[in-house]
Amino acid sequence: MDLSAINPILLVAALMSAATPILLAATGELVVERAGVLNLGVEGMMIIGAICGFAIAVETGSPTIGFVAAAVGGALLSLLFAFLTQITLANQVASGLALTLFGLGLSALLGQGYVGIKPPRMPDINFGPLADIPVLGPILFSHDPILYVGLLIVAVVWAVLKFTRVGLVLRAVGENHDAAHALGYKVVRIRTLAIMFGGACAGMGGAYISLIRVPQWTEGMTAGVGWIALALVVFASWKPWRVLLGAYLFGGITQLQLNLQGAGVAIPVEYLAMSPYVITIVVLVILSADKSAAPGSLGRTFHASS
Amino acid sequence: MKLTTLFASAALALGLASGAWADGHEKTKVGFVYVGPVGDGGWTFTHDQGRLAVEEEFGDAVETVFVENVAEGPDAERVMTQMALDGADLIFTTSFGYMDATNNVAAKFPDIKFEHATGYKRLHPNVSTYSARFYEGRAVQGHIAGSITESNIIGYIASFPIPEVIRGINSAYIHAKKANPDVEFKIIWVYTWFDPAKEADAATALIEQGADVILQHTDSTAPHAAAQEAGNVAAFGQASDMSAYAPYPRVSAILDLWGPYYVERTRAVIDGTWESVDTWNGIGDGMVGIGEITDAVPAEVKAEALALKASLADGSYHAFTGPLNKQDGSAWLGEGESADDGTLAGMNFYVEGITGDIPQ
Repeated sequence: MDLSAINPILLVAALMSAATPILLAATGELVVERAGVLNLGVEGMMIIGAICGFAIAVETGSPTIGFVAAAVGGALLSLLFAFLTQITLANQVASGLALTLFGLGLSALLGQGYVGIKPPRMPDINFGPLADIPVLGPILFSHDPILYVGLLIVAVVWAVLKFTRVGLVLRAVGENHDAAHALGYKVVRIRTLAIMFGGACAGMGGAYISLIRVPQWTEGMTAGVGWIALALVVFASWKPWRVLLGAYLFGGITQLQLNLQGAGVAIPVEYLAMSPYVITIVVLVILSADKSAAPGSLGRTFHASS
Repeated sequence: MKLTTLFASAALALGLASGAWADGHEKTKVGFVYVGPVGDGGWTFTHDQGRLAVEEEFGDAVETVFVENVAEGPDAERVMTQMALDGADLIFTTSFGYMDATNNVAAKFPDIKFEHATGYKRLHPNVSTYSARFYEGRAVQGHIAGSITESNIIGYIASFPIPEVIRGINSAYIHAKKANPDVEFKIIWVYTWFDPAKEADAATALIEQGADVILQHTDSTAPHAAAQEAGNVAAFGQASDMSAYAPYPRVSAILDLWGPYYVERTRAVIDGTWESVDTWNGIGDGMVGIGEITDAVPAEVKAEALALKASLADGSYHAFTGPLNKQDGSAWLGEGESADDGTLAGMNFYVEGITGDIPQ
């Protein structure tokens, strides 16, 4: 065993990158669920984002346009979910599951011509002298722009939900849609916008995998990240900063267990492989002991006549 | 009961029907079951190249079908049964984890021939197994890796702890050590054949721990992308050439060449001469190839590697030649002694010098 082989600075830098797809998707889903909608289609929207982002980045040569396309693709797919659940009042759980299956299939079809191609690289932001600061430089100032966008989205979502009128209305819709409707708020419209925001975030999360972390396109490459993001929202008690904590914890332990294996630690590999899931759940369950409840109208169908 | 009679006659009709196909009244139908997508650029891609070689060789006389992304387990059995019911005469199942499923389905369809890749169970007369001596390729790879590493740390992305993978690690280590006595292997088990994100993470972790050569026993090119990103890290193509990353980081590759075997076995079915066999071919028989060694490798190392390849091909050298000890220091092979196929086929130990344990 040689723990000195593990460089903690590089480990932290790697975990931030590994956690970003989960973070983006989970933050989007948090907004959706705060508006009272349960969208189980995160995995489907992520993989659609992954292929849309990849394809457009390859065609245009610009990863930035790729990420925009990924957000648009994810939002478009989520519109299908919004139509099913908000207009035709279909069951949210079933529609969400269908959305995932549909997304996985459609992405495989769209991706036929993009297997084995290298996408254009998104360069890291150049912070100049800041990147040379010992310890902090490599951790904070050596990443691609999307990672910072992810952090920014978490901060903005937190601030909007907590301090603004928009956030208050969104939460009201999620807590009690009948009361919000009685006050004159457009429940369906607000929820549709929230669903689209969730789709756009999930799409960007997917594109982060296909354009930055891997970077290549292969079928089913999100490999269950969407489900982890969904679980994370619940365990984080629908609070943005806890989502960030959970995502970094999960990404961090995933990276750490690979590093521990490489360093030859005498823990059986099976335990290392399950550790990210176990530890993330345990920590977030302990944190949620303050009885934060789910949004009151979560998963319930709304119609103005009811 | 009526129902049983119905099933029995249906089965009989099916048996007659497939008999008729085998007589040459119809096209010979060859099925392939793949564990990954055809476009993985690695393992499954090479099997599909083999399938295309069969089509090219026999033209209209054969019809090939394939199903990709078939999970190892009950799903595989369902897919194989469906293929058999659809009238396949010969079915290639191309992953180790299909072993039991292949034998189970073979028991139900005695007239259909099954070929299972990399397994060892032939419980029925209509099952053959075939594999390639990839460890010969690993020997060449290990020699190059040991010669070009400057940090003396070689990272190895391992998939599942099965004999095939362990053989590869041992063979690569033995020859890396011969080329460079200071070399050290860091091994990460990712428990997947194909998961680009996980493979990329594993490669990154190995690189951060000082590895400047990455060997992989997984099928995607993600580790190559990670090596390229890091700069100054070499990698090897796995199963297919992965030449998109040549000349650097991809400096060479192990190639799986299934085409000739698939053509031969399909011909045996057409001619009615098919028998259950256990095939294990290496570089000499053309089932394992070494991808072009690029100019990023020093000329003398390249020459040594090619000489090693030639001696493996003509049989004058065996990749596991003593003196060799097991990891715990106990003697395995004496001076000049080479390993027998039985030990290799069930290999479940590291050779001396490798650190860490094989997951059980």
